[in-house]
Amino acid sequence: MDELSVGSKRILEREDFPRLLAALTAAGYRVVGPTVRDGAIVYGDIRTEEDLPIGWTDRQEAGTYRLERRNDTALFGFNVGPHSWKKYLFPPRERLWTATRVGSSFDVAVEEDTGPPMAFLGLRACELAGLDVTDRVFDGRVRDPGYHARRARTLLIAVQCGQAGGTCFCVSMGTGPGVTRGYDLALTEIVGPPHHYFLVGVGSPTGASVLRGVPLSPATERETGAAETLLAKTAASMGRSLNTEGIHDLLLTNMEHPRWEIVARRCLSCTNCTMVCPTCFCHTTEEVPELSGDRVERWRRWDSCFNLEFTQLHTSNVRKSPLSRYRQWLTHKLASWYDQFDTSGCIGCGRCITWCPVGIDLTEEVAAIRSTVAASPAVGGHR
Amino acid sequence: MPRKGRPRLAVWKFASCDGCQLTLLDCEDDLLPVAAAIEIANFREASRAVVEGPYDLSLVEGSITTAEDARRIREVRAQSRTLVTIGACATAGGIQALRNFQDVEEFRRVVYARPEYIATLATSTAIRDHVPVDFELRGCPISKHQLLEVITAFLDERVPEVSTESVCIECKRRGNVCVLVAHGTPCLGPVTQAGCGAICPAFHRGCYGCFGPMDTPNATSLIPRLEELGMDRGGVERVFRTFNAAAPAFRAASDSVKEKPVAP
Ligand code: SF4
Ligand code: SF4
Ligand code: SF4
Ligand code: SF4
Repeated sequence: MDELSVGSKRILEREDFPRLLAALTAAGYRVVGPTVRDGAIVYGDIRTEEDLPIGWTDRQEAGTYRLERRNDTALFGFNVGPHSWKKYLFPPRERLWTATRVGSSFDVAVEEDTGPPMAFLGLRACELAGLDVTDRVFDGRVRDPGYHARRARTLLIAVQCGQAGGTCFCVSMGTGPGVTRGYDLALTEIVGPPHHYFLVGVGSPTGASVLRGVPLSPATERETGAAETLLAKTAASMGRSLNTEGIHDLLLTNMEHPRWEIVARRCLSCTNCTMVCPTCFCHTTEEVPELSGDRVERWRRWDSCFNLEFTQLHTSNVRKSPLSRYRQWLTHKLASWYDQFDTSGCIGCGRCITWCPVGIDLTEEVAAIRSTVAASPAVGGHR
Repeated sequence: MPRKGRPRLAVWKFASCDGCQLTLLDCEDDLLPVAAAIEIANFREASRAVVEGPYDLSLVEGSITTAEDARRIREVRAQSRTLVTIGACATAGGIQALRNFQDVEEFRRVVYARPEYIATLATSTAIRDHVPVDFELRGCPISKHQLLEVITAFLDERVPEVSTESVCIECKRRGNVCVLVAHGTPCLGPVTQAGCGAICPAFHRGCYGCFGPMDTPNATSLIPRLEELGMDRGGVERVFRTFNAAAPAFRAASDSVKEKPVAP
């Protein structure tokens, strides 16, 4: 078959889906994607289609997640779970280098990325936008070698959402549910009945080349139309919404708003929201010496602005109160992130709402602040 | 710089089960390097040979429950350059601090045939309540990894890398699915200090709070959530009254449910 051009659309029949997995494996990729584990859909290695959450879905509300059976055999009939792709690009714990004593000096061995290239299977539109955010953090002005090495070799296979979760609000953030750019392949699953198939969009030459040998047929207008209808339905059923108009100034001019006190009484400073957020990037490093004192490893691990120790300076702490920590998180995510990275830090995936043990909902917090502020700041746009 | 000399270590036991001391013996592969780096001068669990004090580093296990122990801990302190308490007993009074909530005099009369043989204090208290402590290592039992870190940090004359953050962050770094959110299982992880590696949630159980309160625990917010998940008030009281029952934040949490009037 001729190489597909970028932008072309094809049909992959449901029964041929294993051929796509086989093509990825044959091309040398380690395929990672959604899989059921411990009562949730998490990300893990996908060896056969049986590893995918076939016929499963998730029901999400603030502080609650439940895995449930669907009444069909959809492969991607759910939204996002507690894991995000950042665990692959920016691992929770990572050794950066090892120093070994040599006489009166020492040698430093920097960790190299030696794993096979990864294929992310099943990225949602919001998650693609999330990668764009973490790229600005780790692969922009400052380049993190580990992130860069892994990211550059990763193949991105997106899936357009056929439904929205109870805590999703990508429409508000302009990040979904449609996939518009930054992918190698984009799938839309049409479950039927009677016809169960995938509409495959080609987003890059690499995406086109992995499709070589995968049986595809031309897409008719009816099939592309079905995908569009589905997407419109998803967009219309968002579980949450967030008014982002003037949000930068709204938050930054209300740093003493009484609402912070109210949310701080509920907040546990437990860090769950930041751990599950696909764009939260805070980390700390730790030296792990051998008892002999002859060898030391430097490890990096996920840290959080909700941790007291995160802002421990030599003699004092700048964010002692949980109030100041919650405020730091929300104003960074939704406001000062624009100043730092020229984008919102929030992509509307809803994870922080679902996985907060006490169900704190950032969309509710912002709405509460907005409702007491007479007129929203003049002009349009997020500022 | 290579380290100078071989500091002398002593391990002391007060009211406790020995589990934390055994963590040191359980260091297996690391025990030889430990013995090479420090002189184990007094460690009854490992050897009967005792080298007289003073000691550079004392590890203290157990709580203070008798007048004699209250005296002995001052002696230990006087002989120790650095004193580190290990485990929930030494840092919070342990499970035996449940007596702090009850009438010990009554126990003595009811339980023992010859109450006059029983010399005990009315409370079980942390070592810190009796003498100054240089570092407290939490856990029931303590973590082997953290114990080695404390010893290594001592040798390198730096502050140990032992975090006071919540169990939740370890749970998430480990990739566990949250049992509270996804299964509706009550869990103390959000108010408990990290260190165990979030073992219980990894096995689908809620955290029991073995490492005591994290640095800024908010039990007032967590308790109504535990109740929503089906724990009754007695359950909440009991879950906060285990190995760290007398740690001030956990004590306040269990007292708070006790004080609430019972609904009609
Ligand atoms: S802040 Fe919440 S909704 Fe926004 S990207 Fe992070 S986890 Fe998702
Ligand atoms: S936020 Fe949008 S793109 Fe993300 S999972 Fe929900 S519906 Fe899909
Ligand atoms: S907002 Fe929720 S998840 Fe985040 S730190 Fe507070 S209690 Fe934990
Ligand atoms: S299972 Fe428990 S410790 Fe783990 S994240 Fe949930 S509440 Fe925290």
